[in-house]
Amino acid sequence: MTQDLLALEGLTKAYPGVVANDAVSLTIRAGEVHALLGENGAGKSTLVKMIYGLVKPDSGAMTLDGAPFEPADPRVARAAGIGMVFQHFSLFEALTVAENIALGMENPPKTRELSRQIREVSETYGLPLNPDRTVGTLSAGERQRVEIIRCLLQNPRLLVMDEPTSVLTPQEVDILFTTLRKLSAEGTAILYISHKLEEIRALCERATILRGGKVVETCDPREESARSLAEMMVGKSFATATRQNAKVGAPMLVVDGLHTQAASSFGTSLKDISLRVAEGEILGIGGVAGNGQDELLAALSGEARTMPGAVTLRGEHIGSLPPRARRAAGLCVGPEERLGHAAAPSLSLTENALLTADTREGLSTRGFISWRKVRAFTEKVIANFDVRTPGPEVAAQALSGGNLQKFVMGREMLQRPAALVINQPTWGVDAAAAASIRQKLIELAGEGVAILVISQDLDELFEIADRFAALNEGRLSPARPMAELDMEEIGLMLGGVHGEEAA
Amino acid sequence: MIALEKRPNPSAFWGYLTPLLAVVATMIAGGLMFAALGKDPFQSLKLIFWDPIFGEFAFYYRGQLLIKAGPLILIAIGLSLGFRAGIWNIGAEGQYVMGAIFGAAVGLALYPAETRWIFPLMVVFGAIGGFVWAMIPAILKTKFNTNEILVSLLLVYVAEQFLAKMAFGALRNPDGQGFPGSRNLAQWSSSSNSEIIAGTGIHYGVVAATIAVLLAAILLSRHRIGFDIRIMGVAPKAAAFSGVNPQRMVFFCLGISGALAGLAGLFEVTGPSGQITDSFNVGYGFTAIIVAFLGRLNPIGILFAGLLIGLTYIGGDAAQAGIGLPGAAIQAFQGMLLFFLLAFDLLTQFRIRWARATA
Repeated sequence: MTQDLLALEGLTKAYPGVVANDAVSLTIRAGEVHALLGENGAGKSTLVKMIYGLVKPDSGAMTLDGAPFEPADPRVARAAGIGMVFQHFSLFEALTVAENIALGMENPPKTRELSRQIREVSETYGLPLNPDRTVGTLSAGERQRVEIIRCLLQNPRLLVMDEPTSVLTPQEVDILFTTLRKLSAEGTAILYISHKLEEIRALCERATILRGGKVVETCDPREESARSLAEMMVGKSFATATRQNAKVGAPMLVVDGLHTQAASSFGTSLKDISLRVAEGEILGIGGVAGNGQDELLAALSGEARTMPGAVTLRGEHIGSLPPRARRAAGLCVGPEERLGHAAAPSLSLTENALLTADTREGLSTRGFISWRKVRAFTEKVIANFDVRTPGPEVAAQALSGGNLQKFVMGREMLQRPAALVINQPTWGVDAAAAASIRQKLIELAGEGVAILVISQDLDELFEIADRFAALNEGRLSPARPMAELDMEEIGLMLGGVHGEEAA
Repeated sequence: MIALEKRPNPSAFWGYLTPLLAVVATMIAGGLMFAALGKDPFQSLKLIFWDPIFGEFAFYYRGQLLIKAGPLILIAIGLSLGFRAGIWNIGAEGQYVMGAIFGAAVGLALYPAETRWIFPLMVVFGAIGGFVWAMIPAILKTKFNTNEILVSLLLVYVAEQFLAKMAFGALRNPDGQGFPGSRNLAQWSSSSNSEIIAGTGIHYGVVAATIAVLLAAILLSRHRIGFDIRIMGVAPKAAAFSGVNPQRMVFFCLGISGALAGLAGLFEVTGPSGQITDSFNVGYGFTAIIVAFLGRLNPIGILFAGLLIGLTYIGGDAAQAGIGLPGAAIQAFQGMLLFFLLAFDLLTQFRIRWARATA
C-alpha cells in the first residue's frame, strides 16, 4: 500500500448563490492516476484551483505528505511539487518553445541549457518536441506537450491535467497515455479530469465523482462501465441515442472545390473542400481543433462569402449569398462559440431567438418585429429543449453553458431547416442533455433534413453519423461510411495522411 | 478593499437611477467649483436650474429652453443610433455646419423669390449637407479602415474653415456694406423658421426633434434595423452571424446622424441664429454627445437630457450675466455631468462588494 501524497479534508468553497464545493474529501496516493469526474458545474475546476493555490477554500484543510498545505498562490503550489496543465493553453504564438517555457519559470537557465533540458525531458517521456520551433507553427497536440514539459521541468509530485485529450487525435492520446503511465510508474501522482469515460477506464486506477459540489462516489473505473460512470455523474439513468437506418434521399447540401484565405496569419485556409450531404443523412466531420472547422462553418453560414457555385443547396447556388438569404433558402447553422457568436451575451433569450429565427419563422413583417411571435417561438425552444431558465427575458450570459447550448441548438433545429450545420453540438453539455440533443439530431435526419455535424468528439460521431470525413490543415478527406471505420482508421484520417502532403 | 463584481443581468434599477445620481453629484462638485471661484454655490445653482423656469424672467427663458434643447435632441438622437452600434460619430458639429451652409446656399440662390416651397427645399438640402459630410468618414472607414472618431472630429475643423470662407465670401450679404455674414434668413419670409406658437420657442426644429424621438423609439424597440443596431453594438460577431452587414451599418448610422445634424444646423440658421456667420455654431454638435450619453442612448432619455442640458445653457448664460460666472465654468459643469454619468454607469454592469483585504 502506497502512502497518501495529498489529502483533502472537508474542503468547502462558496460563491454568491452557489456552493461550488461542499465538504469535499479525497486522497491521492503517490504514483496513482486518479480521475476526477463530474458534469459541468459539479465543482471540478474549483477543487483543482484550490489545490493549485488559485482559490482559497472557505473551510477545510489539505495535507501534503502529512504536513498542512495551504498554498497562497500557484508559486507556492509549484514549489511544493504540484504542476498543472490547463485545458486552455497560455502560450505566446510568436515565441519559440524554449522562450515560452522560460517565461513561466522563476529563474530560467540560459537558453542553451534550457533547450538541453527540454530535449532531455522530451526524450525521456516520449514527447517529441523541438525547443527552437515557434509555437504558432505547432499543432494543438504539440502545444500541449509544451505545457506538459513546462510542468515536468519542475519535477512535480502531483500533475493535474484538465481535459487534456479534447484537442488530441487518437494517436496523440496514445502517446500521452504512455507518458502518463511512465510518470506514474516513477511515483508521480496524476489527477486527471475528463469527460471521456472510456479514457478514464483505460488510464485511471481510482475515480472520485462529484455532483453538485459533493463527492458522491469513489470507485475503481476499471470495474465500472462507461454507462455506470455516466449515471453516477448525472445521478439518474438515461437513454443513449439510437440510430435507425434512415432513408437517404437526393443530395441537399453540396460543397464543391471550396477555397478560402486564412483570416489571420495563424488561421487556417480551406483548400479544395468538397462534400455532399443528402436528405436524411448525417455527415460527421472530425478533426482536431484549429484545422479549419471555424472557417468551414463561416463559409457555410455566409459570414464568409465564397464563389457562387462553391456551396449549393438543392442545386441552387448560394455561395455568394449573405447569412439571411441562406437561412431563407433553408440552411441553418449553429457555431461552436455560444456566447458572442451564436448568441449575444447581454441580450435576452427572446432577443437571441430573433437573432436567427426571424427569416424562417416570419417573426417580422416589413422589418417590424412582432415580439409576441418572438416570445412564443422562444418559449417553444425553452420547452422542447428543456432549457433551464427563470424565463425568456433572462440574458443569455446568465445561463449555464450547457443550457445555452440547448437553447442555441433548439433555436436552429425548430426552424424546420432543409439542411443543418452544427459545430460541436454537445460541447460542455451534461451527458443526459447531450444524449437528448443527439437523439433530436437523429430524429431531424429521419424527417429528411440533411445534417452536417462538425465535432471533436469522435464517440459522438460514431453514435450519430452515417458517413465520416476528416478535416486536417484545411483539407477534407473523402467521406467514408461510418460503419466501415474503427478508431485506428479514423486516427490515420485525422492525422497522418493529409498532414504529410501539406508539409 | 472594494471589489467589483460583474452582474449576470445588467441592473435596470441602476440604469434609471444613475442619471439622477450623476446630476446630484454634478451639483455638489459644481457647487464646490463655483465656491472656489468665489461665487455663492447655492445662488449659482439656483440661477442655473431654478430661475430660468420659475424665476422672475421665466417668461423669456422658457421659450429659450426649447430653442436650445431642440437641436441638441435632434443631433443626439442621430448620434445615439451610431453609438449603440459602436460607430462613433464625434463630428456632428461639422455636419451641423455643413447642413446649415448647404441649406442656406440653396435658399440664397433663389433670393428674393417668394414661394412656400423654398423652406422645404432648404430643409432637404440641410439634411443632404450633413449627410454628405458624414459620408466622408463612412467611406474612409469602409474602404481604408480608418478610424471614424478621428476623421469625423477633424472634419469639424475643416467645416469651420469652410464656414468662415463662405461667411466672408460666396454667401456674404451683397447689401451688407461689407460686413461678414449672409442675408438674414429669419427675416425673409420664404426661408424663415419662425416660432409656430409665439413665446413657446417651438419652431420647426423642435417639431423635427420630437418626431425624431418618436421614430427612433419605434425603430429601436420594434424594427429589425434597430435590433440590428443593438446587436452590432453588444456582440459584433453574433451580429455578423445573424446577417448584419457591418459596412452597410456604418453608412446607415453615419448617414442618419449626419442628416439629423445637418437639419439641426439648417433650422438654427433660418431661425434663432438667422444668418450664416463665421461663428453661428455654438457647439451643439459636441454638447449633443453628452446629451446622448446622459439620456442613456435611449430616445426618451435623450428628450429629458436635452432639456436638462438646454437648461444649463440658458441658466449658464443667466449666471454669466447675473453674477459674472465665467463661461468656461459652465462648460466644465457640463463636462462634469458626463464624467459622473460614466462613472456611475459602472453600477449597472457591476455591483460593489466591500471585502476584507486579503494577503
